[in-house]
Formats: sequence, structure tokens, C-alpha cells
Amino acid sequence: MTNSTLERLAPWLFTIALFVIWEAACRIFKIDPFVLPAPSEAFAAMYQYRWPLMRHSFVTLWTTMAGFTLAVVFGIVLGLMVGWSRTIYRGIYPVMIGFNSIPKVAIVPILVVWFGIGEIPAILTAFLISFFPIVVNVATGLATMEPELEDVLRALGARKLDIMLKVGIPRTQPYLFGSLKVAITLAFVGTVVSETIASNAGLGFVMVQAGSNFQMPLVFAGLLLLAVEGIAMYAVFAAVESHFTRWAFRSSMSAAA
Amino acid sequence: MFPARSRGNKFAAMSLVDINRVTLTYKGASGGVLALQDTTLAVPQGDFAAVVGPSGCGKSSLMKLVTGLVPPDAGHISVFGDPVVGPVKIAGMAFQNPNLLPWRTVVENVLLPLEIVEPHRRRFRSEKAKYRERAETLLNTVGLHGFADRYPWELSGGMQQRVSLCRALIHQPALLMLDEPFAALDAFTREELWCVLRDLWQENRFTVILVTHDLREAVFLADKIHMMSARPGRIVLTRVIDLPRPRELDICFEPAFQNIVHELRIKIAEVRKA
Repeated sequence: MTNSTLERLAPWLFTIALFVIWEAACRIFKIDPFVLPAPSEAFAAMYQYRWPLMRHSFVTLWTTMAGFTLAVVFGIVLGLMVGWSRTIYRGIYPVMIGFNSIPKVAIVPILVVWFGIGEIPAILTAFLISFFPIVVNVATGLATMEPELEDVLRALGARKLDIMLKVGIPRTQPYLFGSLKVAITLAFVGTVVSETIASNAGLGFVMVQAGSNFQMPLVFAGLLLLAVEGIAMYAVFAAVESHFTRWAFRSSMSAAA
Repeated sequence: MFPARSRGNKFAAMSLVDINRVTLTYKGASGGVLALQDTTLAVPQGDFAAVVGPSGCGKSSLMKLVTGLVPPDAGHISVFGDPVVGPVKIAGMAFQNPNLLPWRTVVENVLLPLEIVEPHRRRFRSEKAKYRERAETLLNTVGLHGFADRYPWELSGGMQQRVSLCRALIHQPALLMLDEPFAALDAFTREELWCVLRDLWQENRFTVILVTHDLREAVFLADKIHMMSARPGRIVLTRVIDLPRPRELDICFEPAFQNIVHELRIKIAEVRKA
């Protein structure tokens, strides 16, 4: 096997090895399946409950996407505002950092009081947890604009809006798309957190229910599905990133020689 | 391609750029830094002026003052006879870093000023083909034939700097401001670009203010060299370069050329010590 094929197969080999070790450990040490079910048991549970699991996976997926979409819209708007004006930046930043420091688990009960149990708290938790990196990255993209380039344009009589449209916004693209990868996984975490606390659907809800029924293989089946969904969403946005900002990968941002 | 400005018009007797006893202080965290003090400088229309001096002498401040990006604390600046109160809009600028936009092709980078400067801005959409042709013509004259649709990262540093020069000239500015444009290039590429700039200027006779550290560059290109003192900057010497034009690179090895460079070099050493 050549080195490059080995490199390509490495992620698969590593994942399979992990499952093999897990399975072997469970069998060799005769671990009680109630403590740690072997992967074979988890996969069996996944197959057995495949239809309900699919339905709940879909609920988790769409609530995550809904929250994430809100975060993207809100994050871009706020990021542009923060990057536009130093006054807005200075005014908003402490509040935003404070808000970001609050564990979002603590907010879920409030959302439940306001909106009741269901999808809305999950969507809002996903949104609240994931907009921050988008704001920060968009604002950073604007703030790191080359001052000389700004001089070139200002000397031509460009207004602030011209500079934003011609340079600022295009150059935030790699920052924005880079942040989407992070934001989507955060949104996913937010949804599941909310589902485990107050929900009647979704993978988080399934895992809590299975746990209270002592169905540990099903809990682990839920866990594995969460991981798969997380990887899939990350992969989608990594692909989106490299598609839309190919120029940024090919050149240093300054385009210096 | 540049509109010929007749010698007999009302500006003929006047300097294109007139800097009169200008003082500029930068407000820093630890008090103000006096960048320029009592600086006086005049550049006649169509002249090639070079500004040389030790590093940190406020040469770049001069650029910002002339283009109206920064107002002076005292003194008076006029361009084309009008006092400078805001961005002058008739200037093209190029810097040490080419600062091209990596998401735009070469020709789109060159066209950028036309999307901003009136009256081109208004016509840009309807006459895009005409403007594109103009940009390609300009790219050809700096030796970038066939590179219009490449991206900046596909070009070498010297080629990027050529694009940057084209971008500074595409809107046919009356004044070209260059801030150490060739400082980051290797010696051979730099000399090549001297010739590119020489030819562009020879053909179109815009007014140039070139800020540089390189005395040979200044002597080769300029009609007049203004030397600045260490901070706070003042003009301490103005030397007319009367070497015949057009100048070829070989002139750099002639005694007359080398004497001027030597003379300036001695003066710089004095200024740095002072």
C-alpha cells in the first residue's frame, strides 16, 4: 500500500480500530452492558429502533438547521455592524462576551417558561449558542482590512459604503465560512442540550427516555447517531467553505509576494 | 491614452502640488509625535519629484497630506490651485505592498478605481467592455499581456506591483503618488520596473511624487529630488537632476550619475546624524 492511500484510509482505519478495541474490551473484561454496552449491542439497538430513531434524528436535524440559519442571518448583520463602527464595537462587545459566557443550559428553563416544551426552545438554544463565533469572525474580517488599501480607495473619493461593498464584505468571506463550521457543531450541541432538558422529540429526548428505562444500548445508539450527524454537518460546511473561498486558500490574505 | 494637458492653460505657471509650511502631529498614547515641521515643497505640473530621507522622517505622512487623507495641523496645502480639504480624487496611489484583492482577477483589480471615481462610476456598467479594453491596453504597456484573467496569487511579486501601478493609473489621474513601490522587489525586477514607470511617465506626463529610500532609484527617475531630515521631517535639500532624458539603465554607471548619488549619500549621512 502506498503512503497516500494509507493517508486517505487513515480516518476510516482509525475509527474502525476504535470500535474494535471497544468491542474487545467489553468482551475480554466482561463489562456489564448496563455500564458500557459493546458497539455491537449499540448497533443492534440502532437497527431494532431504526424507524423511531430516524424520526427523532430528523427532528434534531431540522431544529438545528433552523437555529443555525437564524444564527447566520443575525450573526452576519451584527458582525457587519460591529465591524463598521468602532463605537458600536466598543458598546456591544462587553455585553456579547458576557452573554457568551453564560452556559446556555441555564437559559433553557427560561425558554421553556416563555415558549413551552417543544421545538422552539431547541431552535432558540441552537441559535443563542452558535451566533457568537459568526459575529466575531465577520467583525474580524472587516477589522483586519489593509489600511493602505483603504487609503487607495479613500483617495479616490470612496465612501465608507463603497469600501465595505468592494473590499470589506468580500474579504470577510473566508472568515464567515470558516466560522460556519464551528457554528453548526455548536448549534447541534445547543439543540441536544435543550432536547434533553425539555422536549418530547429529538435524539436528546430519546437518550433521556432510554436512560430512564435502563436501555443503555439505545442510549449509546443515540450517542453514535449524534456523532454521525455532527460529522456530516461539519463536512457539508467545510465543503461549502472550500468551494466559496478558494482564493483565500490559494493566497495569503494580504496577497503579498 | 491620457488627455494631454496643454502647457498654455491657466495652471501652466502654477505648481500642481503646493505644500506651504505644513506641520503635522500624530496623537499617540504617549503624547503627540511631531511628524512634519514647517515643510515646504512645490511640484510643478508634469514633473517627476522624488522624496528621499532617513526612515521614519514622515515621508509617508507627506503622501497622506497631499492626497487629503489627513489634515495638517498648521500650514497650507493646495493641489491644482485648490486648497486640499478632503480626499483629492485626482490622485492614484501605489504602495510597497501591491494590496491587490485576491478574489478579483488582474483586470478586475485594475478596474476597481473606475467603479468608484466619477464620471466612470456612472458609466461603468453600460461601458464595461470599453473600460475593460482600456485596462487591457494599460496591462499590455507594462508587459502583462495575456495575464488579465489570472488571479493575483498566480503572479510574481514584480508582476503584482505592475498591476498595482496599472490600478493607480487606470482613471488617468493628474497626480501619481508612490510610496516605496519597489522596495520589496529584488534588484533586477526593481530596475525593470523603473523602466516601466519611466516609460509610462514619459508617454503620459502625469505628475509624480515618489517616496523612496533608494537614491539610485530617485536619481534615475526624478527631475527633482527633495531630501527630508530625520523626524520631525523638513525639506533640507532640493536637488535638480539634469541628466538627459530619456534615460537608459546604463546611465547608472556613468560618473555624472554616480556623483549625484554620492553627493546625496553624504548628505543623508549628515542628516541622519543631526
